[in-house]
Amino acid sequence: MILSRRALLASVSAAAAMAALSRSVFAADEQPRHGGVLTVHLAAEQRILNPALRASTGVYIVTSKIVESLVDIGPDGKPAPVLATSWDASPDGKTVTFKLREGVTWHDGKPFTSADVQYNALELWKKHLNYGTQLQLYLEAVDTPDPHTAIFHYSRPIPLPLLLRALADLGYVVPRHVFEGTDVLENPANTAPIGTGPFKFVEYQRGQHIVAERNPNYWRKGFPYLDRIVWRFITDKSAAAAALETGQVQLSAYNQLSLSDLDRLKSDPRFEVSSRGNEANAFNNTVEFNHRRKELADVRVRRAIAHAIDVDFFNENFLYGRGKRAAGPIPSNSPAFYPGGSFPYPFDRKRAEALLDEAGYKRGPDGTRFSLRLVPVQNGEDVPQFGTFIQQSLAEIGIKVEIVQLDIAGALSTIYKDWNFDLATGWHQYRGDPAVSTTVWFRSGSPKGSPWTNQFGWQSDKVDRLIDDAASEIDPAKRKTLYGEWVKEVNDELPLWFATEREFISVTSKQLKNHHNTPRWPSSDWHDLWI
Amino acid sequence: MQDRVLSFLVFALRRLATSVPSLLIILVAVFVLLQFAPGDTVDALLAQMGGGDAAVGEQLRHFYGLDAPVTIQLGHYLWRLVHLDLGFSAIYGKPVAEVIGERLPVTLLLMSASLLVALLGGTVLGVLAARRVNKWPDTVISTVGLLFYATPSFWLGLMGVVVFAVKLGWLPSGGFEDLGAGLSGLERAFDIARHMVLPTATLALIFLSIYLRVMRASMLEVSTQDFVRTARAKGAGESRVVVRHVLRNALLPMVTLVGLHASTMLGGSVVIESVFTLPGLGRLAYESVVQRDLNTLLGIVFVSALLVIGVNFFVDLLYARLDPRIRARGR
Repeated sequence: MILSRRALLASVSAAAAMAALSRSVFAADEQPRHGGVLTVHLAAEQRILNPALRASTGVYIVTSKIVESLVDIGPDGKPAPVLATSWDASPDGKTVTFKLREGVTWHDGKPFTSADVQYNALELWKKHLNYGTQLQLYLEAVDTPDPHTAIFHYSRPIPLPLLLRALADLGYVVPRHVFEGTDVLENPANTAPIGTGPFKFVEYQRGQHIVAERNPNYWRKGFPYLDRIVWRFITDKSAAAAALETGQVQLSAYNQLSLSDLDRLKSDPRFEVSSRGNEANAFNNTVEFNHRRKELADVRVRRAIAHAIDVDFFNENFLYGRGKRAAGPIPSNSPAFYPGGSFPYPFDRKRAEALLDEAGYKRGPDGTRFSLRLVPVQNGEDVPQFGTFIQQSLAEIGIKVEIVQLDIAGALSTIYKDWNFDLATGWHQYRGDPAVSTTVWFRSGSPKGSPWTNQFGWQSDKVDRLIDDAASEIDPAKRKTLYGEWVKEVNDELPLWFATEREFISVTSKQLKNHHNTPRWPSSDWHDLWI
Repeated sequence: MQDRVLSFLVFALRRLATSVPSLLIILVAVFVLLQFAPGDTVDALLAQMGGGDAAVGEQLRHFYGLDAPVTIQLGHYLWRLVHLDLGFSAIYGKPVAEVIGERLPVTLLLMSASLLVALLGGTVLGVLAARRVNKWPDTVISTVGLLFYATPSFWLGLMGVVVFAVKLGWLPSGGFEDLGAGLSGLERAFDIARHMVLPTATLALIFLSIYLRVMRASMLEVSTQDFVRTARAKGAGESRVVVRHVLRNALLPMVTLVGLHASTMLGGSVVIESVFTLPGLGRLAYESVVQRDLNTLLGIVFVSALLVIGVNFFVDLLYARLDPRIRARGR
């Protein structure tokens, strides 16, 4: 198994070398070409196509080509200007000034101005956008001294790097003149988006496809290269793989194929199967504990559970080696915050048994110490597999696990609304900064019912304080130190456990050029993509 | 003549009157069942969004009218139904009638095409098998039929895709039509037909294997009856005996089966629609359950029930056409 992982690493680096080589060899005669239609696979239909109201990769993969954000993440991992050309924070961290791009027009011909940004920030991001409501919680006003300047006023300091990194996802701007004065949730532009992006929305056939075409008046002159993008809905994973192989589809991103198909297509010369261009997003397989169970309230029991699960084995045999053991809640591909170190609970069944004995839960006459109910939140194909793996691993140390099978809506309400679980497992997604969607899993005080927040019956004053301080610390070095302390504390207390650390995988036809060249490429604007 | 039209109308109205209460029971039962499922459409939406805070959740619950008591929600729904308003679809953000209208043609096309193929193929093969009973054609046909009957439809579909789309490249692997090609008229019809070959064949094969067995048994049974001997004694030719006398009578159980299957095919095509990514009613129903989109689901149940009632009505008429004795007694 170790061998296969090495082989994989070797093949990945060989592929990288080959790619570099081919780029330098063919660079001379490979001139970008205008024209062509790209067909993209989508596994699930989205209810609305408005990234200023819904923050999710399923919305971005379509709408980020039509609607643009203030900033994006550039190839170097740093914020890159899009609709905002420059930014500046006041020394107290409470005022952030954005200079906006001039000469940009909406797809309906009206000019883009600071009034649009003001409306989006106050009416959409702050009131409706998931994760945006938390990010902009302390936003008080947006001043617009001229049509190309927007000044954000906060009541508490906000670190500029946090704001910029978050705005790549949570800073999409839709036209004020279309939304103002209407019921924003029912606005027809939610399913027929109007933006400033390189592609214009054409049609959305429910259950079939979404089509966008080249925007001839795009502000990046000469772009985009593609004539059209078609997103096709293919819910069945095997059917999606077949569509790639027959050439009906050229791209499938965000792990929408089955892991076995990803592994199979890896050796097909027509495709690149890689996590390249997905560095800004990481995700984890999680184990949540319900601390209202007296056994799980004991940190020794939680540590024993972490010791009992062989994450490396799971990775090699279930994830085809495409993940690794997480060292804590901040992933290693986030250099601005990753504190380094290794996870303090290596696989050690003896230690796990000793911890359980020490906590007073001895094996009964039938070898069982106690029973737990596990609720998997099935938002990925490996979630039920990890659930079964947990069940079998814990059986070895005398904990009987019963798996409760529910679909995703059922599981979320059972865990987060009814608190009716002992263990839960699912995915956590890291969005470039711990303050965006990670610390809410640990911070106390989230109202009952909010999914993917701390509803686990655990609270620590120290952790709450560290989270709050880090969220408003404007010195990047101090901020990193605070998060380092926070990681140490939650690794020690283990209120919940991020077991694996993974990156999303895309399958791309090699017909495509200039793809996956930024860290959140599937969610970027694709203006320089060509066939 | 007028008498016959009148008696037909009375017959139709009576059928309609008996189906209204069952329709009502079905709708209420589905509504109540979905209340028992944990989680609502906002939970499903939040799952799709990757999370959101409680304020967003409350806002959305109010937006979808989920903050009202269950009985009031049901009352609202039924009251709207009386006005022939199916409500608003939570997943698609537009009227349910429109959403179903978009999907219905695909399902109807798939269903009628595969029923037709299954019926014709089943009848011909069944007759062939019955004519050569216990000889090798019979054995071959029956064995192959059994094989298809035992094969799960999703596997059959996937293998069809692997062989005809991926390996041979003769047919598209899925979808309803070629996008971006901008076809119209006959070309478009031909393109759609090409896309429908694999799903129709997959769905039809399973029903075909049932029909051929029923047809075979029914043919064998009828051919031993007295009136067949009489026909032969009259000196009727073999083909005349088979077609006019045996086949016509042997078709009755087939008609019953087709009537039954027309309704199961609506639900049974979820798998086929998923494998071949066809935008039909089956996938819509599945999606509505997963997303807890009550309005859409009830709308589908309503339309499907109407369809089943319609098909059964048609089957009853067909009985009368095939067997004059039913006509004499039935009216």
